[in-house]
Amino acid sequence: MRHLLSATTGLAVLLAAGPALANRVFVTNERSNDVTVLDGETFEVIGTYPVGNRPRGITISPDGTELYVCASDDNLVRVFDPNTMEELHTLPSGPDPELFVLHPSGNPLFIANEDDNIVTVVDTQTHQVLAEVPVGVEPEGMGVSPDGAFVINTSETTNMAHFIDTSTYEIVANVLVDSRPRFAQYTADGSKLYVTSEIGGTVSVIDPETRTITKKISFEIPGVLPEAIQPVGARVTSDGTKLFVALGPANRVAVIDAATDEVIDYLLVGQRVWQLAFSPDEKYLYTTNGNSNDVSIIDVAANEVVRSVPVGQQPWGVVVAPD
Amino acid sequence: MGQDFEAEEVAATPETAEAEMARLLDDGVQFIVLLADDATTLTLADQAGDRAMVFNAMARGDNLRGADCRFNTIHVAPSRAMMTDALTQFLMWKNWPRWFLIHGSHPEDQALAQAWRTSAAKFGAQIVEEREYTDTGGARRTDSGHVQVQAQMPVFTQRAAEHDVVITADEADVFAAYLPYLTWDARPVAGSAGLVPRSWHPAMEAWGGTQFQNRFEKLAARPIREEDYQTWLSLRIVGEAATRTNSGDPAALKDFILSPDFDVAGFKGQALTVRDWDHQVRQPILLTTGVLTTSVSPQDQYLHQTSQLDTLGIDRPETQCQF
Repeated sequence: MRHLLSATTGLAVLLAAGPALANRVFVTNERSNDVTVLDGETFEVIGTYPVGNRPRGITISPDGTELYVCASDDNLVRVFDPNTMEELHTLPSGPDPELFVLHPSGNPLFIANEDDNIVTVVDTQTHQVLAEVPVGVEPEGMGVSPDGAFVINTSETTNMAHFIDTSTYEIVANVLVDSRPRFAQYTADGSKLYVTSEIGGTVSVIDPETRTITKKISFEIPGVLPEAIQPVGARVTSDGTKLFVALGPANRVAVIDAATDEVIDYLLVGQRVWQLAFSPDEKYLYTTNGNSNDVSIIDVAANEVVRSVPVGQQPWGVVVAPD
Repeated sequence: MGQDFEAEEVAATPETAEAEMARLLDDGVQFIVLLADDATTLTLADQAGDRAMVFNAMARGDNLRGADCRFNTIHVAPSRAMMTDALTQFLMWKNWPRWFLIHGSHPEDQALAQAWRTSAAKFGAQIVEEREYTDTGGARRTDSGHVQVQAQMPVFTQRAAEHDVVITADEADVFAAYLPYLTWDARPVAGSAGLVPRSWHPAMEAWGGTQFQNRFEKLAARPIREEDYQTWLSLRIVGEAATRTNSGDPAALKDFILSPDFDVAGFKGQALTVRDWDHQVRQPILLTTGVLTTSVSPQDQYLHQTSQLDTLGIDRPETQCQF
């Protein structure tokens, strides 16, 4: 009864908020099995909603109507109405889905299955599995080229970025990177691909044309042990000027000049910073801090942390609703 | 990458080990993983000489990393000193500095007791009393043996000097497992029983460990042991060197493994490297109780000028190893 009541109240607030709907921030809490929803204008917590067991990867359809959550321990992807946080349906994901990426058109969804060394491709309309692509050991990071022609999967134990052709679902190239690659992120113009390596402590800059590494970005923070610097999530501004990299237990987000790929600043955030997401206008960047149970909010233009907001237990992934 | 690996498994007794080793060396095998006791490991390493690189995946003797060190041997198994330092850091963090040390009567128990004394001196703990539990032989398995154990253990630990914790040094597995809940004074037991330092544990699920455990259990249909992990890590080191150098030339792989550029990911949350002064693999140590991982050392409070992992075991200035 109490549960029902709070859901109704949450709905009422949402309806009253009107245009601010677009800017909501969704954070998966891996341990408390729920999603915390923040208001992107006021940074207030709107509500917390159960979403299944061990939620990690989270993304939203380009039109903002469907919110996708990897429920890792349920072995499926749960799909929610972002306005009501009611579950619409589920998608078959293959076992232990961790991270995924949507085709820029909103369909299909490419899912990394950490335990089974495959990438599962699922049609978000028909809810059918279109393909299972065998990749390296422990697939994790998923990136997609802006034109949707290639999906990049990183395998944590094979230490490679696999280029998957989305028309044939075949691997067309493998690029060896540093240990435990975690995340793959294209620039908006498709000219560069960034792959973070958690244990290697670097970000590989890859030329998608030649599929070779053109540079490796490394990090050095005074007073922080080198082994604590573990690059995980990464996001680049759509104008291609700034790259942000979450450095895990170093509790910092690195700011990188994306033109020169040189580090320009380190921002102190919460503990074990994991994934990142921009607001639609790219004014703010949200970080999930797994060990301090909060989200840090970075002012992108000023390179400054402006707020931290407590969320659920062990926040993992974050996505912001489009305008 | 067009690389093929072949692993051959050879079971031998201490009597047949040298003949088997000779056969492998004559077959041109250049990377050999040993699961043997301290003395056999040393004998076989000397036999291999410069014909093969040897991976010690079991023997913990500090002498093998000290006065008896060999250039051709990589110690993947942690040393006794690393194990006792790892637990000592935790006990000091817990503020339990007064120890009642009980050691067995076998030579390996004596060596372990010595490691405890060294760790106590290094981190400021105090051994307030020592007793030896003499192994008198006899049948280990007797019907209703617990009746006598229940009577013997409290008496054996009676009237010890005031202590915070009972430290057990029992590599021969004779008595330590009987001590928890049967000590005269209500004190926790650590070392060879109770809170036990290990290189790996079936409950280790952080840092991608879940996937590693799943793969092992699928393969072997049983929970993993420390020897399994240490053997896997040995083979992984060879594989990592082959991938990074893109070479199958044993000389090139050996050079790379011993170079400062080498590191490998081993599901322990940071890159594992090889100490150049004694060829010990640096690694975090798990502190385990029964079915759980209680903590992982090094503890945050113990800092080091080069690598925090060098707070565990024999550091460069103290080494007796001369290659």
